[in-house]
Amino acid sequence: MKKIRSAAELKQWKAQLLSGRKKSDKIIRVCGGRGCQAYGCQEVKKAFRQELRKQSFKTPPILKYTGCRGFCERGPLVTIQPGNIFYQRVNPEDVPLIVSETVKKGKIIDRLLFEDSKSGRKITTAQKIPFYRAQTRLLLSQNELVDPTRIEDYVAIGGYASLVKALFRMAPEEVVAEVKASGLRGRGGAGYPTGQKWENCRRAEGSPKYVICNCDEGDPGAFMDRSLLEGNPHSILEGMMIGAYAIGSNQGYIYVRQEYTLAYKNAEIAIRQARRAGLLGKNILGSGFDFDAETVRGGGAFVCGESTALIASIEGKVGEPRSKQIHTVVKGLWDKPTNLNNVETWANVPRIIQKGSRRFSAIGTEKSKGTKIFSLVGKIKNTGLVEVPMGITLKEIIYDIGGGPQGGKAIKAVQTGGPSGGCLPASLFHLPVDFDSLAQAGSIMGSGGMIVMDEETCLVDVAKYFTRFLQEESCGKCLPCREGLKRMGEILDGLTEGKGDPESLSLLEELGEVVTDASLCGLGKTAANPVLSALKYFRQEFEEHLQNKRCPAGVCLPLIRYAVSAETCTGCGACQKVCFAGAIAGEKKKVHQIQVALCTKCGACREVCPTQSIQVQSGGRS
Amino acid sequence: MDVRTVNDIIDKYEGKKTALISILHDIQDRFHYLPEKSLKKVARRLEMDLPEIYGVATFYKAFSLTPRGKHAVTLCLGTACHVRQGPKILAEVRRVLGIEPGQTTPDRQFSLNAVNCLGVCAIGPVMALDGKFFGEMSPLKARRILGKFQKKGNGGRA
Repeated sequence: MKKIRSAAELKQWKAQLLSGRKKSDKIIRVCGGRGCQAYGCQEVKKAFRQELRKQSFKTPPILKYTGCRGFCERGPLVTIQPGNIFYQRVNPEDVPLIVSETVKKGKIIDRLLFEDSKSGRKITTAQKIPFYRAQTRLLLSQNELVDPTRIEDYVAIGGYASLVKALFRMAPEEVVAEVKASGLRGRGGAGYPTGQKWENCRRAEGSPKYVICNCDEGDPGAFMDRSLLEGNPHSILEGMMIGAYAIGSNQGYIYVRQEYTLAYKNAEIAIRQARRAGLLGKNILGSGFDFDAETVRGGGAFVCGESTALIASIEGKVGEPRSKQIHTVVKGLWDKPTNLNNVETWANVPRIIQKGSRRFSAIGTEKSKGTKIFSLVGKIKNTGLVEVPMGITLKEIIYDIGGGPQGGKAIKAVQTGGPSGGCLPASLFHLPVDFDSLAQAGSIMGSGGMIVMDEETCLVDVAKYFTRFLQEESCGKCLPCREGLKRMGEILDGLTEGKGDPESLSLLEELGEVVTDASLCGLGKTAANPVLSALKYFRQEFEEHLQNKRCPAGVCLPLIRYAVSAETCTGCGACQKVCFAGAIAGEKKKVHQIQVALCTKCGACREVCPTQSIQVQSGGRS
Repeated sequence: MDVRTVNDIIDKYEGKKTALISILHDIQDRFHYLPEKSLKKVARRLEMDLPEIYGVATFYKAFSLTPRGKHAVTLCLGTACHVRQGPKILAEVRRVLGIEPGQTTPDRQFSLNAVNCLGVCAIGPVMALDGKFFGEMSPLKARRILGKFQKKGNGGRA
């Protein structure tokens, strides 16, 4: 790779890459995201490589990995050009047929297509699948066009052109003004206006100044940032470079959550390639602007998603937050002015510069502009990453894109905003999703986690889960957070074990208020939200646990028991075989019984029963 | 433990105090835990107090002060996995391996870890074995995968 020394050379490079590509119009793209990897996409790609060698082609088709496509649940995903044919759940064994039929002859293999469960129709292209059709994939659509480990792919789709525009055609102040005008707000959850933050940092005295990309993404159940950094790392780098130019910074850090090994690796590769191409370093493209970036691995602490704790972590210290009376834009990393933005925020920047703030702000609501990516997961048919315009309703996301509940069960709630958010009941699914509407209802939009819950999800258990999670992750600096959460956890333990006392619920509310009011950082200030919102909307479920020692969802182990339905049991013995506790009695072809005293409630029997005869019961005498 | 390796790691970061977490990561990558000797070495080289280093090493969950097993079993307990019966899978894995999260089997073959989120929520519940991810787990599937792995033993793939 030769060094690119000017904007003209970058343009030339792009032209070269595009003309080189025309050799073959056949392109096979295998999704290389983490989800597809779990389903074996590496083996699928290997099979393609072997098969393409075996079956002769005049001009060999192009085979490549791409970034995460978002529809992880249907992985491994493969698309074939021409025709944009979308195959899902592809196994290595399917590959010879795909090559001989689809790649060679353009014939479509029906059984690999996505089937719409409502109409029963097979769908040929991704664009027509309801999951994708109802989305506005401005950021995520790039993932499927690039191999994240190849800077050439990013340059070929027009990558780094926004940087050129900023460096050569805009003054730093103009870049700030453009981002301000776009109305972009921080995607990490707090929703602070990005342009304003940049301006504050630009005006702050002191040097050097730093920019940070926050890919700590601590919210459990969310993976938007992983997918972006892992799937299209150069777009994040480009965003950071534009931001650094606007603010007057020459050094950036990408802080990556410890579990995100592939995102970390791809970010490192991207930085190395950008350096080699001269897009990072001194005098970038001959503009006089210097910038370099480094990756930093997190240590596995949720609180480090908070800006001041994250900064302490980069400095090599324990990740404790500090008071924000003096903001990090004034005194941040090594006490220097520091601008920290979330991955998705940075990802929006190149597009805003390229297409203009008006194009960006044409999408969304009055106060929440642009698109937002959500991690749509849990008890829902189509799970994955969805990018939608701000202001879309929860209902549209959950039913139109998500396809509604799994297995005919009723959807009860959706949890948004991670441990700082709350659970919203189905009766509020008409609410628009933006920074302000969900907050009014007692949750937050947050960074984009959207965990769907159905009738078999216990809201008391979920409240306990988040409280225990936050108790574990509290850094321990403030007493209300450290001790308050522990006590709330104990009360919730009592409820789920059938040992709650009559004052449990009011005590939970009281403690929740204290933790909210008296903690220093965002973690503590919002830590009671999951409990308080669950109490607000699902009080009945708490009362059932308290008064009747009953878990209506059948989740809380001390309150449930497994039993065999005598009407449907055929006595096949499948359950007996998998019960390691030896708790199932009964002769072949006769109704079986579960011995409650021996049963560990692992649920293995329920998993294998061919007639769904194993029931979970709660309440009454056990 | 090879002292030279630790020295090389510290050299890589030019002995900077601010690189402490990266240095600890590299040591852990190399030895699968942080040997006491290595921490003493780090303290001396970075001119820091040992307790300060222990403070950092124990604050972050990524680090282990005890030796880890040959194979790492990681259970995701993120929200999406939680509502899809993640805790039941953890209970099953605990039973099969006979250890709690954070512990290692006496034969040093397996270490069990429960983490907040692996970020592959769409295919939950998720279990990872030596970095290979398995989606849509159930207690029974987890039992079978671990069983195969135990049988094949050294480095076999489930």
